[in-house]
Amino acid sequence: MSLFHRHRGLTPYLLLAPGVLFLALFFVVPLGFLAYQSLQSGNFDIGYTFSWQWSNYWDALHNYRAQFIRSLEYAGIATLLALIISYPVAYWIAFRGGRWKNLLLLFIVAPFFVTYLIRTLAWETILSDNGFVVNTLQSLHVLGPSGRLLATSTAVVTGITYNFLPFMALPLYVSLEQIDGRMIEAAEDLYASKWHAFWRVTFPLSLPGVVAGTLLTFIPAAGDFINAQLLGSPDNHMIGNVIQSKFLELTDYPAAAAMSFILMAGILIAVFLYARVVGTEQLTGTAA
Amino acid sequence: MSAVAVERARTRGSAPATAWAFVKRHVLTVYSVLFFAYLLLPIAVVAVFSFNNPPGKFNFTWNKFTWDNWRYWNGVPGIESSIILSLEIALIASLIATALGTLIALALVRYGFRGRATTNILIFLPLSTPEIVLGASLLTLFLNATFITVQFGFWTILIAHIMFCISFAVVTVKARLVGFDRHLEEAAMDLGANEWTTFRKVTLPLIAPAILAALLLCFAISIDDFVVTYFNSGSRVTFPLYVWGSARNGAPPQVNVIGTAIFVIAVTAMLLNVVIQMRRERRGAA
Repeated sequence: MSLFHRHRGLTPYLLLAPGVLFLALFFVVPLGFLAYQSLQSGNFDIGYTFSWQWSNYWDALHNYRAQFIRSLEYAGIATLLALIISYPVAYWIAFRGGRWKNLLLLFIVAPFFVTYLIRTLAWETILSDNGFVVNTLQSLHVLGPSGRLLATSTAVVTGITYNFLPFMALPLYVSLEQIDGRMIEAAEDLYASKWHAFWRVTFPLSLPGVVAGTLLTFIPAAGDFINAQLLGSPDNHMIGNVIQSKFLELTDYPAAAAMSFILMAGILIAVFLYARVVGTEQLTGTAA
Repeated sequence: MSAVAVERARTRGSAPATAWAFVKRHVLTVYSVLFFAYLLLPIAVVAVFSFNNPPGKFNFTWNKFTWDNWRYWNGVPGIESSIILSLEIALIASLIATALGTLIALALVRYGFRGRATTNILIFLPLSTPEIVLGASLLTLFLNATFITVQFGFWTILIAHIMFCISFAVVTVKARLVGFDRHLEEAAMDLGANEWTTFRKVTLPLIAPAILAALLLCFAISIDDFVVTYFNSGSRVTFPLYVWGSARNGAPPQVNVIGTAIFVIAVTAMLLNVVIQMRRERRGAA
């Protein structure tokens, strides 16, 4: 009868239709085309024909195994670093932020207000051969006199960690902020040390944030190619670099399409393994 | 609540425990200050180097202070048109995506219907797909669509941007709708308002902040997008594509100028919002 008690009828479908049709046409259908393309053979000049060319997948895995592994490795390290770096700050804002919370959160997302590519170029400046960081490390003999940071895996991981840090810090903050301070107090009243109270109460309660942050950081990081392109050398290229050059420079569409699917599968497997470790409840909690 | 807990923990307990708590408190604070320095360092670099007169074509080492890059912000060919294109796309894409997203959010929160779970998954999937796959799959659609010849350019970029913005809009508006007191709508209907009037006079004003937030979020994501645009732009150049193209031969300092300007405008807007919120909270508390 009223707006909310009516569970049948066309209204919800009419509301959904435009947006869902758009997503179906420009998100779902393209994935189908990508799958179709990934099983084609031929080349740009003679054209491509569909031929159930499963070898595209095996060839991609065989020829670019290093880049696949590197993508998961860089993304994994960057995600872990982002977690370690941002957890204490998220904790600090949630429990000590007081009325400055919103302002501090604004600082956390500040990097997002500078274009992604410009942020990465800034790291190129910071890590450049005559820059302050390299000079300092050289005078401390951490780096040799001809040592450099640009064009190394360190630079790429540094860039990825920085660029996706807010994706980690924000969900951490949200889940820490929701913790009822009385729970921690209760643990301490029951003679838990601060350390114990943290590991037994606070940290487990913040796990949904850890899981959400990890996924939000890892997924885009694994598919990234900008950091590897601007901060790394060809030795640091990730699978994203290969996919982008195959699509846009070499026009080897079937191979590139196959690699896109392998990347997605790799991410899904990584997420699945991660879910096995932290528990699926946390994962579906994020998905819902 | 948490502040109370911390306060109590501090006043209670023995002297060494208090001292330890004090030290720990400050360790965390010092660490957080360092963290923010790290977070803001690249932004400072961008801003500082926007005033640099680069020695060669690479703007990596500090040479000489100049206002020229700001005065002649559009002094390099192609930069102005790329900014205009980015603004056009971001404006149209955020409006359309927010409209579509708001409708989906209303349906998902307000109605029980068959296919709701599927719709939820459809909304969640684009958010969890790497951008490169989104861009690549759309490219294969445009390349292989046999029933129509697709000219890569404005429209393909626009379609791509609307596509990846919709989910963000749905999630933003949904969050507000879920925590929404339905009694307000029921009251309006009890007082004789019909569904449309209730929506217009009660629901819409209440979710307006969320719609605005979705608009801003979509605008920000769209104007910053590189990967998906790169795959579907043809020969058109948005601002991020301009930066990418120029980075190979050394990006001109004007890129830093635009980056700094966008940052300053966005942060000022957000700061105003935060200050207004803080004032309102204070007034509410007093």
